[in-house]
Amino acid sequence: MEMINNGQFFTTTIDKFVRWAQKSSIWPLTFGLACCAIEMMNLVGPRYDASRFGSEVMRSSPRQADLLIVSGRLSLKMVPVIQQVYQQMPEPKWVIAMGACASSGGIFDNYAIVQGVDRVLPVDVYVPGCPPTPDAVLHAIMKLKESIAAGRAKGGLMAREA
Amino acid sequence: MKPEALAEALTSRFAGGIEPLQTPFDIPQFRVAPSVLVDVAAYLRELGYTMLLDVGGVDYFPRSPRFEVVYHFLDMKNRARVRLRCVPEDDQRPEVPSLAGMWPSANPAEREVYDLFGVVFTGHPNLTRILLPSDFEGHPLRKDYPLRGPREKLEARFAAEKNRFHAPKLAGER
Repeated sequence: MEMINNGQFFTTTIDKFVRWAQKSSIWPLTFGLACCAIEMMNLVGPRYDASRFGSEVMRSSPRQADLLIVSGRLSLKMVPVIQQVYQQMPEPKWVIAMGACASSGGIFDNYAIVQGVDRVLPVDVYVPGCPPTPDAVLHAIMKLKESIAAGRAKGGLMAREA
Repeated sequence: MKPEALAEALTSRFAGGIEPLQTPFDIPQFRVAPSVLVDVAAYLRELGYTMLLDVGGVDYFPRSPRFEVVYHFLDMKNRARVRLRCVPEDDQRPEVPSLAGMWPSANPAEREVYDLFGVVFTGHPNLTRILLPSDFEGHPLRKDYPLRGPREKLEARFAAEKNRFHAPKLAGER
């Protein structure tokens, strides 16, 4: 960014401006899978208050959400559901794998649980912990912001066939 | 009905098909052949055991016959319970008659036993998987089922679909 005429004007690139807009209001989807969802609820409460960073509005419809926080273990039967929810989200969209189960299957090393949601969705940030504190999720959102601002997180733009 | 009287009534009525078992607690318990299960259940209902609490499955693997289907009945007026243990003979395709016609509560419970143990309930109106996805193979609560399931197969399937939702690499991107 460049200030012109004593700060009355500034110039930037469209790209940077768009990224700034995207990172400044990442609205998460209301999507709780397990006990991590309890910590996720605290995230938007007064104590942790994600609204300080523009992420306070939990959207109940995937069509209005930017961020899918996979909060808990993903069972095999849930895979088509979460994929459909993800597909319904408008681009750009991001995914946070919250907790050990979502990141790697956690303690559920068995036939019913997917061993990490990165098997079925493109994950941008992994949050360790069982469950992670809301602090940690907040940190993940900050990391995501950094990543968006730097142009690393593409927001799940699907391959467009020529 | 007192446990002794109940055992007497059942064994005299269904001679050969039913056998009292040791009762570890205060619930009378019987081993029942699949051939008489529906009649025994109907008779229990006449006696006042009007509620079917649960249907469960057990796999005693090295033993043969290996499967047991366990029914709990409740007499709500007299606060009395009965447990039936039905033993299907065939280990490959265990079959037990369904009680879903008499007790709607048996419907989902029997589907669960079918889902996890592969016990077939003949006469069930909708014997499909209830907990696992419908394309799941095998019955995971069987003792000889691998603990981690079809892990290699699943990983191969996920790997094949891996790039379904991934953003394309841009020109010059590492």
